[in-house]
Amino acid sequence: IMSLFGEVPQATPVAVFKLSNDFKEDANPKKVNLGVGAYRTDEGQPWVLPVVKKVEKIIVADNSLNHEYLAILGLPEFRSSASKIALGEDSPAIQENRVGAVQCLGGTGALKMGAEFLRRWYNGNDNTKTPVYVSAPTWENHNAVFANAGFEDVRPYKYWDAEKRGLDLDGFLGDLESAPKHSIFVLHACAHNPTGTDPTHVEWMQVAEVMKRRKLFVFFDSAYQGFASGCLDKDAWAVRYFVTQGFEMFCAQSFSKNFGLYNERVGNLTIVARDSDNLKRVLSQMEKIVRVTWSNPPSQGARLVAITLNTPELFAEWKDNVKTMADRVLLMRASLQAKLQALETPGTWDHITQQIGMFSFTGLNPKQVEYMIKERSIYLMASGRINMCGLTTKNIDYVAESIHETVVNVQ
Amino acid sequence: MRQTCNSDGGVGSTENVQARGITLLSIFVDTPTAEPNPETKLLADFKTDTHLRKVYLAGREYLNKEGQTSVSPLIGKIMQQICTDPTLCPEYPSSFGLPEFTRRATELVLGRDCHAIVENRVLGVQTVGCTGAVRLGAELLKHWYNVSGVWCGPVYLSSPCDDSLAGIFEAAGIQDVRRYRYWDTEQRGVGVQKMMEDLEMAPEQSVIVLSASAHCPTGSDLSQKHWRLLTQLMVRCRFFPFFLLPAQGLCHGDFQQDAWPVRLCASLGMELLCAQSFSHSFGLYGERVGHLLCVLKQSSTLLAVQSQAEKQVRALWSRPSVRGARVVATVLSNPAHHVEWQEGVKSMVERGILVRERLREKLRLLGCPGSWDHLIQQGGLYCCTGLNVQQVEFLEKRRHIYLHPNGCLNPQFCLAAPPGSLQRRHTPKLAVWLCLSTHRIIRVSCLRSPLPSL
Repeated sequence: IMSLFGEVPQATPVAVFKLSNDFKEDANPKKVNLGVGAYRTDEGQPWVLPVVKKVEKIIVADNSLNHEYLAILGLPEFRSSASKIALGEDSPAIQENRVGAVQCLGGTGALKMGAEFLRRWYNGNDNTKTPVYVSAPTWENHNAVFANAGFEDVRPYKYWDAEKRGLDLDGFLGDLESAPKHSIFVLHACAHNPTGTDPTHVEWMQVAEVMKRRKLFVFFDSAYQGFASGCLDKDAWAVRYFVTQGFEMFCAQSFSKNFGLYNERVGNLTIVARDSDNLKRVLSQMEKIVRVTWSNPPSQGARLVAITLNTPELFAEWKDNVKTMADRVLLMRASLQAKLQALETPGTWDHITQQIGMFSFTGLNPKQVEYMIKERSIYLMASGRINMCGLTTKNIDYVAESIHETVVNVQ
Repeated sequence: MRQTCNSDGGVGSTENVQARGITLLSIFVDTPTAEPNPETKLLADFKTDTHLRKVYLAGREYLNKEGQTSVSPLIGKIMQQICTDPTLCPEYPSSFGLPEFTRRATELVLGRDCHAIVENRVLGVQTVGCTGAVRLGAELLKHWYNVSGVWCGPVYLSSPCDDSLAGIFEAAGIQDVRRYRYWDTEQRGVGVQKMMEDLEMAPEQSVIVLSASAHCPTGSDLSQKHWRLLTQLMVRCRFFPFFLLPAQGLCHGDFQQDAWPVRLCASLGMELLCAQSFSHSFGLYGERVGHLLCVLKQSSTLLAVQSQAEKQVRALWSRPSVRGARVVATVLSNPAHHVEWQEGVKSMVERGILVRERLREKLRLLGCPGSWDHLIQQGGLYCCTGLNVQQVEFLEKRRHIYLHPNGCLNPQFCLAAPPGSLQRRHTPKLAVWLCLSTHRIIRVSCLRSPLPSL
């Protein structure tokens, strides 16, 4: 008897997972993994933040903590402190009681909850035709999350200008102007993935002006707060600016990278509404959506983050840990650029230090990327994206030489 | 709050927007308030009830002797070990979760030497609790079940069932959700005949959601004889079984017996899904340790289904959280730990049986009309009293005793100090006695040892 799954086609593998697998199986001792989206120390190892180790011990020793289900919307002290991180301690929106949050499974979970809510209740009831705009390029999972939530029309908005290796502001603003009213726009709060290119303050102000005028929905994706500049407040400028401009919005936050809690899935969907009454109704619907997805979120990561954010010395230590990570990234950027310049590698490499956050869009084309992988065992995404955290003082010379060789030999 | 300049030179702050007399409607203005889910509402009503002797009997957790949820010393020790283990690194787990966990979870249900495992046609995915497992299973079915036809249901749920189940399938895009009769009020047990009648009418390729053991919320299960009849029916009608196994081991104190229906179907070469939870058996409710098992007919389909499952997970939560699964995997992989844990589960079951027996005995002593044997025939966390809607309402409104609207309760909460009561540290002897009369409204009282003087 035939299997009822007999005709299920093989899905195309998730690119970044496949890259990691290929890297694992490569026997070349000089291999370098510049594909993975996680922080690495200069020894090429994952890093448990010292403050995290400390707080884990606190949690384990605390006998008053139990293992009961968290509330459906999550740990209250996590939700409120996480929102404060995004919006600022003294955010008027918070003071006006019109900010709420849903604890979610990482940034993905936060995007998922937001997307599910918007499909059900935004721009009509169950309107699957509302266009959802994601940047070109963007984190590839954005498409899947919104499509799976039921949105039929997920489109790109112009963002990256490959020629000038920077933001295509005119294209971006043009797409905002021509988007149907009420379209949803997914904006990267800082450290754009994968290009590392963020709008300047003035450019953000221009974006906000169009979005307000055309009544477009603001959905921030904030996965790298603190990681971009090393300063939490600086990295939250865009989100906070939009709040001052009176926008209602969603902001999907991830604490995977800035807490190094990749495997505890700590995320928060911050909701800014016009007033507390609207907020309450939104949260009541969010509860329903959470209930049929994971019922209650996991407690460990949220507890850890909440304790850290709400304890002044631990908070200070965390900010310091974050700065350590951001500083190492900045150092690697500067080193790589300097080395490429010293090698007189053809082309300009200023974009490496101008870009911000974990990722850099090198500008290498697919053929060059293939060469890097096959001939040099240096693994990066087909888009030319590299994770700066994959660079160390030990491998940076090899990487710089490899880029040089690739650019010279492959066009 | 930093004030920033907007393009027309004015200062942009939220107050200014209102000051300029612009009354902007919220984009959420048309979002209605959601109906609270029944459990949340029940608990909220209980919390606002000011009656001194109020009792909540609808809890979802197993309680220890002190009336608290707890983890065993073994689990506590392992969590400490994990916390101080320098070799563990905070990497992203795979979308399928920890391999050691999925392997052990799979073996626990199917048995290590199950043909399906040996023949490599089993997929295991770590999920966010049992709800996550059901949701993932629903998404898989919706997207990939019988691709050539356009399958969109129906999915059959037992009546009654956990009240979030229908919503999970609907959220996954399967609107055609139907019920089969399960609990028979007269028999105070599973009405097998009616159940089979309903399923005989179901169209081919229906997905039937079945409780492998410790049915929620009634605690009443099918006998092995009836399972055999049911599986014959399912094979004949080409149904797809989707098992729920939220508390393996906690029904009979025997892991094999609790998973028996799943093993039966697997041994018959059927394809199936099974949603598991380790919340109850490990006391790790907050860690959301769940597992979705998928048994396929052919190993040739495994890779494809696996790749599609990965895609679904990616769009739901990307990867699961690791801590709880690590604890479970550590226990299940270590023979000594495994034995100790199983013993712990057995004693939880024994305690549960004792509570049920005490309840039944008390009712007998009070001369309560009717038969109460069903209380000890049921197993697991829940117990279905057989009280009707009016009787449950009476208990709530007049006696401040809170049961599920369908008359189901968690007997362990009968022995525990009610949360929020003045007797937090004092374990009262609580007896619920029910006098039923065909002609009168029931009277229910709580008898309790006297309150300690304040």
